[in-house]
Amino acid sequence: MALRKTKVPMPEQPPEERIRNFREVALGLTPELAQEEAERCLQCKNPACEQGCPVNVRIKEFIGKLRGGDLEGAYRSIWSTNILPSICGRVCPQEEQCEKYCLMGKKNEPVAIGRLERYLGDWAREQGLTLAEKAPPNGKKVAVVGSGPAGLTCASDLAQKGYDVTIFEALHVPGGVLMYGIPEFRLPKAVVQAEIDGLRRLGVEIRTDVVVGKTLTVDDLFADGYRAVFLGTGAGLPNFLGIPGENLCGVYSANEFLTRINLMKGYLFPEYDTPVKCGRRVAVVGAGNVAMDAARCALRLGPDKVYIVYRRTWDEMPARREEIHHAKEEGIEFHLLTAPIEILGDEQGWVRGMVCQRMELGEPDASGRRRPVPIPGSEYQLDVDTVIVAIGTTPNPLVARSTPGLQTTRWGGLIIDEETGMTTRPGVFAGGDSVTGAATVILAMGAGRRAAAGIDRYLSEGGKEG
Amino acid sequence: MVFRIRKKRVLTPVTVLFEVEAPLVCRHAQPGQFVIVRLGEKSERIPLTIMEARDGVLSIVIQAVGKSTRELIGLGEGDALADVVGPLGQPCPLRDSGTVAVVGGGFGVAPIIPIARALHDRGVHVIAINGARTAELLILEDELRAVSDRYLVSTNDGSKGVQGMVTDVLRQLIDQGEHLDEVIAIGPMVMMRAVAEVTRPHGIRTLVSLDPIMVDGTGMCGVCRVSVGGETRFACVDGPIFDAHQVDFDLAVRRGHMYDSEQKVALEHYEKCRCHGGGEA
Ligand SMILES: Cc1cc2nc3c(=O)[nH]c(=O)nc-3n(C[C@H](O)[C@H](O)[C@H](O)COP(=O)(O)OP(=O)(O)OC[C@H]3O[C@@H](n4cnc5c(N)ncnc54)[C@H](O)[C@@H]3O)c2cc1C
Ligand code: FES
Repeated sequence: MALRKTKVPMPEQPPEERIRNFREVALGLTPELAQEEAERCLQCKNPACEQGCPVNVRIKEFIGKLRGGDLEGAYRSIWSTNILPSICGRVCPQEEQCEKYCLMGKKNEPVAIGRLERYLGDWAREQGLTLAEKAPPNGKKVAVVGSGPAGLTCASDLAQKGYDVTIFEALHVPGGVLMYGIPEFRLPKAVVQAEIDGLRRLGVEIRTDVVVGKTLTVDDLFADGYRAVFLGTGAGLPNFLGIPGENLCGVYSANEFLTRINLMKGYLFPEYDTPVKCGRRVAVVGAGNVAMDAARCALRLGPDKVYIVYRRTWDEMPARREEIHHAKEEGIEFHLLTAPIEILGDEQGWVRGMVCQRMELGEPDASGRRRPVPIPGSEYQLDVDTVIVAIGTTPNPLVARSTPGLQTTRWGGLIIDEETGMTTRPGVFAGGDSVTGAATVILAMGAGRRAAAGIDRYLSEGGKEG
Repeated sequence: MVFRIRKKRVLTPVTVLFEVEAPLVCRHAQPGQFVIVRLGEKSERIPLTIMEARDGVLSIVIQAVGKSTRELIGLGEGDALADVVGPLGQPCPLRDSGTVAVVGGGFGVAPIIPIARALHDRGVHVIAINGARTAELLILEDELRAVSDRYLVSTNDGSKGVQGMVTDVLRQLIDQGEHLDEVIAIGPMVMMRAVAEVTRPHGIRTLVSLDPIMVDGTGMCGVCRVSVGGETRFACVDGPIFDAHQVDFDLAVRRGHMYDSEQKVALEHYEKCRCHGGGEA
């Protein structure tokens, strides 16, 4: 039988319907579709896809088991290196990772590895299947600061090794970016909370409403009997453009806009208390995942127009391909090779427009991408009343500032030993966006896992805080 | 964690003082810092300045303005808040000597008290000014008097103390030749701004506690940004206390009104739900 050249289409809510709700866009493969997609896998002798995965998921094995009908076995294969398959299957940039190396993808579309991963993760959740097992308690307390993917993974690994783990989270809900950043229509919050419930069943205590560096310091944690501390505090500090008009009413950081919507459920105002104000014409500056999420959230609040304004071109966009595709499908208008230079305000101090400048691509810069260069005299005014700035975030300095001995890079990233995850302060480990700056869920998970191993080794060797 | 309300004191028809169990918040709380509270599942995050944090019990004063604060003051002893997080922001910088006038307007008197106490304890000569529209709305008079060397009152209608504003009292003090090393004012934005204008020509260092709209309170969203000395600062991490003579009050006032229309909608929705007997869930 000839194999399909293209991925089995993912059932989705049609664009005209989904732009009026916050429900999930991609509905998930049915068992039949999952089988059909799994059949496309060539089961290569040397599966290149696995090298593309930052946590080396055993892709060939799980797809092989899936198509043999052994769903539980398939799920076990994934879970042995990735405890959050329902999440990663939905949000990983597969086109840059596993699927990029898929042999099938050389001539045709690669196997939809991410969708199969999600399928198995969802299947396991529906079955109520949990694989995590607790080792007998070893009586050692470890504190995990931050409950994003890095913290959750670190906590899970340590709990399974018998550690007494407490997670301290600044917000009122655990999950980090998975809860406050990534919208419901891309990652349902029930999926995230199910994973977190699993952690609680492992005996991990989650204490929300604790800002480490304010409520408690790292020194307090050691004084309170924690033998090691993991900092998975993310990169939550929003960058602004630094152009005139940025403090006008109607200018949001993407973090604010998304937090109002996702964490505080602003789209359900006034049933929920926190409002989110979105005008008729919205410009989102940037073209990463955060920008796509902000633009698509804005769209669902019913404005007339939503623009993405980006200084480079389609090829350089850091967002997942699927999200760019979805954004286009939903009618978001892209102004590429365009940079904002000023936001204009009306008498009451509200946004009434944004002055933009056209760019062209020049020589490659340090990142290897061609540098955008302004075209003189190309300024024009975009008629908008809301501007959302999504040009990146950096690590929040709260912990670094309040913890003696902790060294950071110039831009605030915590400095660690790559192998153990230990920071410059003995007994304090870190990983995820707090170390790398804004990156991905899977890299944060990998870092959490590496640090858990580092902590285990450190405490097994009788490590004391220095 | 259960944040139970131990004690409720009604200060005016629209202002209450709660004593809430919040041992962790109290561990490091210092004068000038604030907390963020949430009532329940669907509630917003409300920033409130700390009045006192002692023995695991946090005192906060709430004035009913919008829907959430109205709902909040309706709680009673034994009820619990869903969340209390803090202490947030920077402590108030405190002098070791000299004379400081602390000015509290409306419910801003509450957060002035711990600052006055700390200054007083350090041997600073503290002159307190407590102001309200009318005598019934003056709050925490005994508490403020107890931590100051001189205690002055103003009411707009003259029902108690000097007739006028807190700024009139402050101006009189200065005109009478009282040497002030510093003024710290907390209250409505218009009042803080007026205080700044009184002290500016005299070059008296003046601190105010800004209360912009906030969401997270940890530096994550930037909605609380204010302009101080021409630079954008996040009030929740860099403040809330800033040098009043450097603050762009126009901007602060405008940003403070950003959600006025939504606040009205929320209030109407709340009243309607209450009339129909629902809304609490
Ligand atoms: C809108 C958006 C969309 C994204 N989309 C994708 C995507 O599609 N695919 C992908 O792979 N990645 C995506 N990312 C990036 C990804 O979410 C992050 O790389 C990942 O979440 C980082 O994980 P983390 O655990 O390091 O930190 P976070 O998820 O940021 O979690 C950090 C947690 O620590 C808490 N915290 C911070 N400081 C303190 C403190 N002092 N005390 C206590 N708690 C603290 C925070 O409140 C937060 O809960 C997206 C990010 C955003 C913002
Ligand atoms: S309230 Fe969000 S950054 Fe200050």
